Amino acid sequence: MTIPLSWYLILAAAIFCIGLYGVLARRNAIAILLGVELMLNAVNINLVAFWRYQDPAMMTGQAFAVIVFAVAAAEVAVGLALIISVYRRRMTVVADEIDLMKW
Amino acid sequence: MTAEQIVFLLTAGAILACAVMVVASGKLLHSALWLVAVLFGVAVLYAILQAGFLAVVQVVVYIGAIAILFIFAVMLTRRELRDHGPQTRAAWWLPATLGVLILAGLVFLILGMPAVNRLPAALPEGFDGVRVLGTTLVSPDAFVLPFEVASILLLAALVGAIYLAGSGRKA
Amino acid sequence: MNWIIWLLPVPPLLAFGVITLFTNKNRGLSHVLGVGAAGLSWLGSMVVFISALGVEEFGKHFYESAINWLPTGETWLRIGVRIDPLSAVTLFFVAWTIFMIFIYSIGYQNYGQPEGDHDQPGLPPHGATVSEHGHKHKVPSVEPMYARFFAFLGLFAFGMYTLVVSNNLLTLFVGWEIMGLCSYLLIGFWYGKPSARNAAIKAFMTTRVGDVFMLLGIAYLYSATGTLTFSEIFTEEMLAHLAGISTPVLGLSGAGLIGLLLFIGTVGKSAQWPLHVWLPDAMEGPTPVSAMIHAATMVSAGVYAVLRMFPLLSLDSGTMTVVAFIGSFTALFAASIAVAQNDIKRVLAYSTISQLGFMIAALGIHAYVAAAFHLVTHAFFKALLFLGSGSVIHGMEHGVLHSGDHVDPQDMFNMGGLRKKMPITFWTFLLGGLALSGFPVLTAGFWSKDEILADAFGHGHLAVFFTLAVAAFFTAFYTMRQITLTFLGKARSKAAEHASETPLTMTIPLIVLTIFAVGFGWIGVPEHFPLLGGVLPNWFHGFVGSTLAEHPEALEFSSIPLWTSIGVALGGLLLGWLVYRKVGSVKQDFLQIPVLKNKWYFDEAYDFLFIRPAGWIAEKFTYLFMDRRIIDGILHSVARFSLFLGHAFRNYFDKPVVNEWIGDGTGNLVKASGRGMRKLQAGRIQAYMLVSMVLLVLFALLYYFLMA
Repeated sequence: MTIPLSWYLILAAAIFCIGLYGVLARRNAIAILLGVELMLNAVNINLVAFWRYQDPAMMTGQAFAVIVFAVAAAEVAVGLALIISVYRRRMTVVADEIDLMKW
Repeated sequence: MTAEQIVFLLTAGAILACAVMVVASGKLLHSALWLVAVLFGVAVLYAILQAGFLAVVQVVVYIGAIAILFIFAVMLTRRELRDHGPQTRAAWWLPATLGVLILAGLVFLILGMPAVNRLPAALPEGFDGVRVLGTTLVSPDAFVLPFEVASILLLAALVGAIYLAGSGRKA
Repeated sequence: MNWIIWLLPVPPLLAFGVITLFTNKNRGLSHVLGVGAAGLSWLGSMVVFISALGVEEFGKHFYESAINWLPTGETWLRIGVRIDPLSAVTLFFVAWTIFMIFIYSIGYQNYGQPEGDHDQPGLPPHGATVSEHGHKHKVPSVEPMYARFFAFLGLFAFGMYTLVVSNNLLTLFVGWEIMGLCSYLLIGFWYGKPSARNAAIKAFMTTRVGDVFMLLGIAYLYSATGTLTFSEIFTEEMLAHLAGISTPVLGLSGAGLIGLLLFIGTVGKSAQWPLHVWLPDAMEGPTPVSAMIHAATMVSAGVYAVLRMFPLLSLDSGTMTVVAFIGSFTALFAASIAVAQNDIKRVLAYSTISQLGFMIAALGIHAYVAAAFHLVTHAFFKALLFLGSGSVIHGMEHGVLHSGDHVDPQDMFNMGGLRKKMPITFWTFLLGGLALSGFPVLTAGFWSKDEILADAFGHGHLAVFFTLAVAAFFTAFYTMRQITLTFLGKARSKAAEHASETPLTMTIPLIVLTIFAVGFGWIGVPEHFPLLGGVLPNWFHGFVGSTLAEHPEALEFSSIPLWTSIGVALGGLLLGWLVYRKVGSVKQDFLQIPVLKNKWYFDEAYDFLFIRPAGWIAEKFTYLFMDRRIIDGILHSVARFSLFLGHAFRNYFDKPVVNEWIGDGTGNLVKASGRGMRKLQAGRIQAYMLVSMVLLVLFALLYYFLMA
């Protein structure tokens, strides 16, 4: 009750940017997904912070965060399945080497 | 500086440090483990925000399922349990600059928001967060539809993931 | 009457046109057209002549008719016809001789005979093998180019008629030139023979030299007087005006220079020295052609032209001296060559040149009437002699074919004794020869030649008189030589033994011409002639003399020229007979002197002086140097330059700039940009994401700073 909202928001922004860096700068496809997870978590922090600081009686924030959990889980599952499938085919998980969908 | 703030700061610092380690670690498995640490920290944050249910769900789902899944994937996508080559792209400075810029922009925007430094109102007496959340999720004039769709999404993802990663399948 | 005169030249022209275009293949029709045309013109000429006889003072009231022809600014150049006494008598003999020659040609070209064994158009016919009562023998064959001959003769007749009837120098010159063309066509009639071709070119070229000067004279005359019509030129004022112009040439007056230039045309056309070289070679043509050209028409045209222009020529004594000199020199010169010739036609050719010299000399000494008289009589007896020689040659060819003895039928030393084989030919030829020699009283030649000698002596031109007398002696001598060798004595070859008389189409013209050769003289008997003078009026003198403005006076009689004339004629004849009746072959002929035989080497001289240099200029200078080196050189260098330009353009502009820079360059540019742009889509998702993040930031900044 003594933490200003901005602290949470800035923290979320920072985690989001770190996650963005991870997506853009990591070679391994799984590492990219790790970055995506960071970004999703940052989003969740934002959602829950706003829920608490706006109107805790209105559960929209938390509901949204729950849905985000579900979506993140689904996305990770499918993504990793894809990566494993690609690994089986191309023997590589380096994102730069998976470039068959080029011109 | 109240105790709450100190706790928050420590947690935030830990989260940030672990997040940096996630993206900067030279070993992928370490990255995955650092993610686990980050997720823990986020759970603590939820607790501080008095969203206890979410904190528990975070630990169970994120750490217990997703992070484990990551670690499995890491293990399944290498012939030997060693990392090959650099883990960061050659032109990493560009995303770094980008990140810094976006962070700066976001911070700027945040600070420009009206009443951004406000403190939260106290929770009402006898506020049962879990009960209210559950009711919201299943009541027709609240969020039952997204809830159900999300469950179908999970089903589709389940089926898809099994199909995609199924062994013996010709890719 | 005038319309008949206009129409006189037309029938032969039509005959030429129709034969050439339509009836070329049909021999009978062609000769009917030709002879018919000649006959029509003859009829018209007789009508005109007879009516002219009936006109009082015909010299002043001559027939003339003219039309406007060429517009020349304000005025017109007029052309037309004119029959005055001179052209009337000329018309008379031209009509008769042309008509006789046409008829003669039917027989000469062997109409009715079979076609030859290997006769080709362009070569003389060589006989056909005929089998009669069991055995084969050769007979003369018909000329393959029969119709063409009549066509050309028609054109020739047209030219001569045009010349005679014209009233102006322009149409006279047109007729002159047409005859020049026809002489080329007809001398070279047998174009397969190289000698004939060369002779035709020689004739045309030599007369051309004369014609150029004549044209200069006509041009000068036109520019000095503004007219070419005779009646306008021969007025007193015009003549005085022309005589008054002084020219820078040899001190001659305008009249003299024009006269000299026109006379040079006659020198060419009438084969006077120095342009005489073509006439003997012209014997290459068929004999009717020789008769036509060298007796009846073409050479007479030259003398006629001088007679026509006499009022102009006689104004300048310098010109007249030149005329007299050339005439008398030629007379003696040609006669000296004739005594050494063996070909029957060559003798006659040189004889023609010599007799023309007589006429020209007479004109040079102002003996107008005498010259005209000799022109007419000469036309008759020379035509007679040529046609007679043609008859002899024909008979000899018959003998050659019959006996198989292939000798030259024209060489007199292969003949002999033809008197018995060809009587009509013999008697007509004899009378013609006597006329040529000037046999006293009986023949027309005597009267005309005697008049020339009398005029020369009477007016004191003793050099001319003497030269002509010597020439007359030679004339009689070679004529008798010719007759003796050809007809008298014994046959010297088998061909001569088997010769036979020629058909009627050939002998009848001979007879007709003989009548004139003998009888025509009677109309020109001088008034003061002993015994005979005065019995018959000197009609010719009065008639033709009236053509001139000042009627020439009748000459006083002097016996010296008369006795000289009789003496040289009879003496020459006797000497010729005496010398040659014993001569059996060429080797016994002592007159075969090389200089004379080779015509005083004039042909060789002209070859060296003119022909070779001309050939050199044509070959080495004009062709090799100017044409090949200079003109072709210019063309080649233009071509080379164009090629160079082309190469330069290609190599320095087209290839580097257009092909590489623009063409390939555009392609390379596109390729490079494509290659560059291809990197945008490498299939690497992180790259895509980076790009989108960067752009997002940029747009956000843009939005914030510019719009918000």
